[in-house]
Amino acid sequence: MSAAQVTADTAAVTGSAPLWRRSLKALLASPVVWFCLVVLGTVLLCAVFGEQIAPQSANETDVSRAFTPPGPDAWMGTDDLGRDVFSRVVLSAAPTLQVSVTSVGIALVVGVTLGLLAGYYRGWVDVVVMRVVDVMFAFPVMLLAIAIVAVLGAGLTTAIIAIGVVYTPIFARVTRASVLSVREEPFIKAAKSLGARDSRIIFTHVLPNVSAPIIVQTSLSFAFAILSEAALSFLGLGVQPPDPSWGRMLFDAKSFLNQGWWLSVFPGAAIFITVLAFNLIGDALRDVLDPKTMTKERA
Amino acid sequence: MTLFLLKRLGHMAIVLIGVTLVVFALIQLVPGDPVRLAMGTRFDPDVYAALRAASGLDRPLVEQYFSYLGNALTGNLGVSFRSGDPVTLLLLARLPATLSLAIASLVVAGLISFPLGIHSALNRGKFSDVVVRVISQFGVSVPDFWMGIILILVFSTTLGWLPPSGYVAITENPWEWFRRVLLPAITVGTASGAIMTRYIRSSVLESLGSDHARTARSKGLPERIVMSRHILRNALVPVITVGGVQLAGLLGGVVVVEVVFAWPGLGRLVYDSVAARDYPVIQGAVLLIAVLFLFINLIVDIVYAKVDPRIALS
Repeated sequence: MSAAQVTADTAAVTGSAPLWRRSLKALLASPVVWFCLVVLGTVLLCAVFGEQIAPQSANETDVSRAFTPPGPDAWMGTDDLGRDVFSRVVLSAAPTLQVSVTSVGIALVVGVTLGLLAGYYRGWVDVVVMRVVDVMFAFPVMLLAIAIVAVLGAGLTTAIIAIGVVYTPIFARVTRASVLSVREEPFIKAAKSLGARDSRIIFTHVLPNVSAPIIVQTSLSFAFAILSEAALSFLGLGVQPPDPSWGRMLFDAKSFLNQGWWLSVFPGAAIFITVLAFNLIGDALRDVLDPKTMTKERA
Repeated sequence: MTLFLLKRLGHMAIVLIGVTLVVFALIQLVPGDPVRLAMGTRFDPDVYAALRAASGLDRPLVEQYFSYLGNALTGNLGVSFRSGDPVTLLLLARLPATLSLAIASLVVAGLISFPLGIHSALNRGKFSDVVVRVISQFGVSVPDFWMGIILILVFSTTLGWLPPSGYVAITENPWEWFRRVLLPAITVGTASGAIMTRYIRSSVLESLGSDHARTARSKGLPERIVMSRHILRNALVPVITVGGVQLAGLLGGVVVVEVVFAWPGLGRLVYDSVAARDYPVIQGAVLLIAVLFLFINLIVDIVYAKVDPRIALS
């Protein structure tokens, strides 16, 4: 019997394929999840087709229209330079998603790899990885991100690196915790006894079985990454002017609270609703992928 | 308990060394000469030479690290590239403002989370439970700096009830301190309160269905006693950890809020130092906050082990 057959048979016994389908079905049965998908779909559309959706370019100024309140001419009003707030909110979706997707991608790949190695090999690999993780956890996330950007220089790339670095430990810890229980399972021992290579066991047998908490963590990390990017841009350390970003728009709006409430309300609402959607999806995923819930379902 | 303490202290010592390594590495990552970069257009060869010698950057790397470690242990975190003042003094001057904001925020978080979390758990599945869960989800998702701006917009700009920014020490004028800390504390405390609400809710729910609660009921104890002595008392033990972690997180998480409210704490100092490329101050602030974070976690673990002896035994 090959290692692949062992996996297939294990899947058949535990019923993992139908379970995933059931999980997806349960997920899509929730109106909250549909709300989140609509929100995130809209943000994605703005990120990809922002130039087509926005009525004006991000930096088209017209001082004669400065501080125009929201209305038919400018749905979200205009700022101190007469720039269209709606256009800037739409065009800010691209850099925000770029930073969050890339940084979470970095954290996911590095963190999951480290967690898999630490949990599977144990011994000194585990000790080294987990001590590094402990050290990283000693720093408040935002402070470390600011410090990294401060030394590397402000900008989109450094914001990506900083956010990626600070969220790597959580992926390592979540993955390791799951690997520790999976590595004792009979199908892993069976694969080992069949002579499967470690790399094959780790990526073909262990990884798919620890994917549920990683998926949940990924969704929640997107929310945190968006908040972190917005905070860095707010401090002038992320997306650099004249490129628009929700965080930077809020910083600029702070000086004009008396002149136009819309300058601070709309960019903030964009961050809030996007983060809320990722958090709600993360919670919904946790509900359907939680082993306790799955056990109850099986019973 | 002694073994637990020794183990915990040993672990903390290792992490502390790692923390100093990371903080030390920060200045090494600066592309180019950090002193030259910090001086910018104000370059003066004599000042440059003095700052470079004071920072020890002209020495071999290993020697630099051990010198940094030795100095840090004696409370010497170098001198500011900007003002030439000792970093330790700059940090100590800002610490009270940050600590007072963090503690006020934790009080706000507690005032929000305890009633909401307990109420939500006791009314599981009912409308009010759903409302609390929605509120806590909103609290976790709202960007703190946006919330700060909205609070200023409503309570300062529109209603004129509270000052939009500024700081007065609590020792100087407690009432004025209270008026000024209220908005930043609500801003920071809301997110922590939302997180704590979730923990308290799930902890109370777990305790509600536990064997000891069932035993207490089967003994015929009145529901009020079962609730206060057997359920809530046990349920709130894990909240010590969450509260401690939140306080530690608040210390480092208030950077952006301090900028919004012009609160002269460590966060504001970091922000100003980033703009001035004052790397020793950034290093010192990061190190101080990480050390405070570790110490708070250590105290929380000790308190938790004292309250729940199973932790120390395991």
